[in-house]
Amino acid sequence: MSFDNPDQILVELSRLIVGYFADAPYLSFLVGVLLSSVPLIAIFPGCFAFTTWLERKGLARIQNRYGPNRVGPFGLFQPIADGIKMLMKEDIVPTRSDKWGHLLAPIFIMIPAMMGLAFLPLARNMTAVAIDSGLLFFFAIGSLATLAVFLAGWASRNKYSLLGGMRAVAQMVSYEMPLILSAVVVVMMVGSMNTSLIVEAQQYKPWVESDNPLFQCLGQIRGWFVFTPWGFAGFLIFFVASLAETNRSPFDIPEADSEIIAGHMTEYSGFKYALFFISEYVSAFAIIGIGVTLFLGGWNGPNIRPPWSDDPQAYLIPGFVWFFAKMFFLMCVMIWIRGTMPRLRVDQLMGFAWKFLLPLAFINIFVAGFYYYAPWYYGWPVSIGVLWTSYRFLSRVNQDKRIVRKRTYKFA
Amino acid sequence: MSGSGLLKGMVVTAKNFFGSYVSKERLTTVSYPEEKSTVSHFSRNVPFLVFDGDDADAGMRCTSCFQCEKACPPKCIIIEKAKDENGKPLKRPAEFKIDMSVCMGCQICVEVCPFESIWMDSEFELATTDRFDGLLFDLKKLLKSNEYFHEIHPQDAEASDERLRLLAEKKKATEAKKLARQKAAAEKKAAEAKEKKEEGAE
Repeated sequence: MSFDNPDQILVELSRLIVGYFADAPYLSFLVGVLLSSVPLIAIFPGCFAFTTWLERKGLARIQNRYGPNRVGPFGLFQPIADGIKMLMKEDIVPTRSDKWGHLLAPIFIMIPAMMGLAFLPLARNMTAVAIDSGLLFFFAIGSLATLAVFLAGWASRNKYSLLGGMRAVAQMVSYEMPLILSAVVVVMMVGSMNTSLIVEAQQYKPWVESDNPLFQCLGQIRGWFVFTPWGFAGFLIFFVASLAETNRSPFDIPEADSEIIAGHMTEYSGFKYALFFISEYVSAFAIIGIGVTLFLGGWNGPNIRPPWSDDPQAYLIPGFVWFFAKMFFLMCVMIWIRGTMPRLRVDQLMGFAWKFLLPLAFINIFVAGFYYYAPWYYGWPVSIGVLWTSYRFLSRVNQDKRIVRKRTYKFA
Repeated sequence: MSGSGLLKGMVVTAKNFFGSYVSKERLTTVSYPEEKSTVSHFSRNVPFLVFDGDDADAGMRCTSCFQCEKACPPKCIIIEKAKDENGKPLKRPAEFKIDMSVCMGCQICVEVCPFESIWMDSEFELATTDRFDGLLFDLKKLLKSNEYFHEIHPQDAEASDERLRLLAEKKKATEAKKLARQKAAAEKKAAEAKEKKEEGAE
């Protein structure tokens, strides 16, 4: 094991451990699988715990409160206290519910959430499942969560739950379209659905491989797809759609607490409820992770080659640091949005998906195709112009044209 | 332009977020056990007994006149009169108890007290683990200094001090008058005795 490349330290460590079991092929395979899956299962729920703290603190500060500050320094151990509370709570199953469905739904919802993590390239060579159709597989699995949500809503035998489940299905089916169509542009540009290759494509090779540290830094930022017209539009569409996909505010209609009492989670208590909660955040992490991979350069960041290393692919700061930094940045933006926006109405939500995001995503695909073949000096202005015009046009077309008359009161 | 409203909203929340770290005035929360919010001078909670000076036993204003005990609507005041070794009652209580679990904070005891002794407190942390003896306050817990009284209810305390001063002056005046009368009587007596003596001598 060498320290030539700090970026690859974890990869080399895992190779070292697998190397001990080289004599037994089945055992070494099993160890390899465990080494790539257990950290994911351990780290992301850990991130979830930290995010609950972050969210409660952030929302509190937005509302000029302190937020949790009793357990540990700055209330950092609050998630542990919450977890203990959740574990100790009584597990209530409604008498008339479908017992098996009620039990299976929280388990089923964890599976796609956790499987989505397998395709995230945390750093170079650190994708748990680096298959060529990774992106396709991610979206295919991601939509499975809808089934579990509807199962929970149906099995609870509760009107609120059923309403929540139906809203969830309607919303997720509608937002899947713009989500995938905005990701398609990246696939068109890179020519691969392999998430690792997508990240590699976002490096500006001549600068990254130069000897100047400044150019090395900038070369790893310059290539991010978010800095292109189609990438920027695609990222915005993707981010908005991912908010809806993960039931985050302002699209948290399926679990609107003030309307249908947490929707499909109404009849769940104790640790089953916690499973829903965890899966929601983990799938949010997964989808943000894919967003970072597609548009924000994945594990690329202002990074330099370590002075003692000759390896052109060596980086001083491990790639997963950048990846998680970007992921938490986007998570903070999500929390910020949650603290700002009120919840949408169901018809507004559907209209926004089908009448605004979907056409914009289609236009973005054409713009990306044009950009790919056009030289930059008219590729850039034309794509910006087309996207801007269509944004203005679509927002004008979708404007609510009903005249709101001033209400007059006769008897008051 | 559509979308600008969203950004404006985001700016507002961001201002609130960072502002709460910069200016302490934004945060209205009081972290209770560590810091306490200031209690208004007009807060009236449960009764307490005032004493003058430093020594609680010597400066006790209460004379155990039983006025408050009789007036108390829920009957939560229990007074026991002090007696000297000969069994003669003294003008002070041997025991003064108020059951805080029964007291309804009506302030009638304060109204009837002729000696400015019982007043309302603004203490609000009365919680205890023992709801019987822990809430039955005795003299030790009830007696609080006049300075404390001035601190919590300055207006009431000033007025009370003023009344006590007037009372003392009045008392002094009557005593002086009495003394003068006695003196005059004594002089008269002496003069009469002298006259008698003179008469006898003649």
